Amino acid sequence: MKIDDKKRVLREMVLHRRFEERCYQAYIERKIGGFLHLYPGQEACCNGVMEAARPGHDYVITGYRDHVHAIKCGADPKEVMAELYGKETGSSKGRGGSMHIFDAAKRFMGGYALVGGPFPLAAGIAKAIQLKGGDEIAICFLGDAANNQGVFHETLNMAALWKLPVLFVCENNLYGIGTSIERSTAVIHQHKRVAAYNIPADECDGQDIEVVYEHARKAVDHVRAGNGPFFLELMTYRYRGHSMSDSRGYRSREEEELWKQRDPIFILRDRLIKEGAITMAEFEAIEKETDAYIENEVIKFSEESPEPRVEDLEKYVLADRDTQLPWLTGKAA
Amino acid sequence: MANIMYWEAIQRAHDEEMARDPLVICMGEDIGVAGGTYKATKGLYEKYGPLRVMDTPISEGGFTGLGIGASFLGVRPIIELMSVNFAWLAMDQMFNSAAKVRYMSGGQLTAPCVFRSAGGAAHQLGAQHSARMEKVFMGIAGLRVVTPSNPKQAYGLLKSAIRCDDPVFINEHELMYNMKGEVPDGEYFHPLEGSDIARAGTDVTLFGYNISVHWCLKAAEILDKQYGISAEVVDLYSLAPLDRAGIKASVSKTHRAVIAEEDEAPVGVGSEVIAIINEECFFELDAAPIRVHSALVPQPYNHTLEKAAIPDHEDVVKAVLKLFGKA
Ligand SMILES: Cc1ncc(C[n+]2csc(CCOP(=O)(O)OP(=O)(O)O)c2C)c(N)n1
Ligand SMILES: [Mg+2]
Repeated sequence: MKIDDKKRVLREMVLHRRFEERCYQAYIERKIGGFLHLYPGQEACCNGVMEAARPGHDYVITGYRDHVHAIKCGADPKEVMAELYGKETGSSKGRGGSMHIFDAAKRFMGGYALVGGPFPLAAGIAKAIQLKGGDEIAICFLGDAANNQGVFHETLNMAALWKLPVLFVCENNLYGIGTSIERSTAVIHQHKRVAAYNIPADECDGQDIEVVYEHARKAVDHVRAGNGPFFLELMTYRYRGHSMSDSRGYRSREEEELWKQRDPIFILRDRLIKEGAITMAEFEAIEKETDAYIENEVIKFSEESPEPRVEDLEKYVLADRDTQLPWLTGKAA
Repeated sequence: MANIMYWEAIQRAHDEEMARDPLVICMGEDIGVAGGTYKATKGLYEKYGPLRVMDTPISEGGFTGLGIGASFLGVRPIIELMSVNFAWLAMDQMFNSAAKVRYMSGGQLTAPCVFRSAGGAAHQLGAQHSARMEKVFMGIAGLRVVTPSNPKQAYGLLKSAIRCDDPVFINEHELMYNMKGEVPDGEYFHPLEGSDIARAGTDVTLFGYNISVHWCLKAAEILDKQYGISAEVVDLYSLAPLDRAGIKASVSKTHRAVIAEEDEAPVGVGSEVIAIINEECFFELDAAPIRVHSALVPQPYNHTLEKAAIPDHEDVVKAVLKLFGKA
């Protein structure tokens, strides 16, 4: 990665981290409801892959842990936060919530709450790209435990069979809620599971963004060149609980500490300091600026935005009726 | 009588049945070491071990089918689907295998399984985590559907469901696991069929099930105190089959009916109850029955919209007043 890119990404990752921490606080303050799945610890995964891809051009789809993926694709953090606040200005107009951030203009095709649901959707997006003849690729970010859904295997088979331009990124954080991977899955290293479908696969450290980037570049190039799907497994860890009501009794504080020593932001920060690209004071300034931005713009926007109107409860259930009349009445000209 | 929570009642039924019969097992996501999302299987892993308390992968279609297959050989699996929204992935096996195997094998095979799931809309869980799916389950031949409205039913229905040779789907409610209620100290089997009269009355019948029973009870209280209307509340804990005799008996007495459901209206409990009223006691009616139900929308995340989408006891009161021409 180029030095300027690394500096930019460091700043972005700080935003991603502070954004999520601020969500936590807002949830405690009851500004945010429902389920809330946070991303701290895994930032290098999304950032490393998307640095190798083309955010806003390539299509991205993921699960419920979706805020950072949306922002990385170009979604406005203000709109993402406003969505969590349930506001009309939110990325899904307050209808979706944390698990359902969408920004179609930025080609962020959404967060989905059913584990494994996005697999075939990603392949379908890739199918559309193939039909339309574009140079985009589809990228599907999901967790390790999602691979235990049957649809994972069904999708791999079809994607390989039809050489679809889709990159499957498995963020292996070793747990599916409170069940550790060795208790749920016969194979710990997920990339081994795709060998049966003749899909090339790779695994690497998911904490060091430069490592992720190098591996992702090969993966992205492979898919974009028309060689069909690729599966990239990133070994990572989520620092917080699965969702908000999680006391993390299923893992040890020692294990958590070990992973915290490999904090993706600190790894990049310390490398940049060592390379003389930034100073600690500059890093601290970035953190301060980020917090100020989140407070003064993101939170302010979310607080001040209006709620959806109750009269609009049924808006978006179906297409605008007036636009569909020829088909609804059979009176197509 | 012990005053215990809904989840404790479910846990107790599991525990008693597992202690009695080594072929009773339970399976589901995070039910073992973690003790269950709603604690309904708390302590069972420690007591009965991993062979009988199975933490499953996130493979709903797979583990549900596996449980059904085991039941062919006499195992009695209690299969927990963490949320009813995830049951969609298991329905193929539930409907195509469990519900049909007895019939299509001419009675040779049976699938004595229990499927339990947290249903209902909790708070702001959004479109993919707030489905109410009673309507889907209750229309399947070969499947029994019950839905407990209190700890006593939660305990007694699960006990009966485990013993029953038919597959039974138990629709619980995310918001009710911490609800307290009286449960008999001794072993108790709630009938899988029929209905309970939750409150006797003479002027109107309020039909509810699961959480809507509580809206009906609250509404009955208000109707009595503020309007002098005596409402009977009928708890339709069995959705398949529905209690035709019970529905007929109550409507023949009160001559008016309101059906309250948390599900959306089309093809639901309300339409079915009204069809039964039509078939069983149409000429007993003094007014056309009214349904109280959710709006036909994927559940919105925003709390104001969510509230607008789901009915409550006030909507039941309004419906009754309308029935009496008072609104
Ligand atoms: C079909 C389905 N089953 C169960 C769940 C409940 N659930 C939500 S997240 C999750 C764990 C997923 O783990 P993983 O795929 O590793 O992703 P992570 O949360 O670790 O990022 C489970 C079981 C669900 N949302 N959908
Ligand atoms: Mg995981």
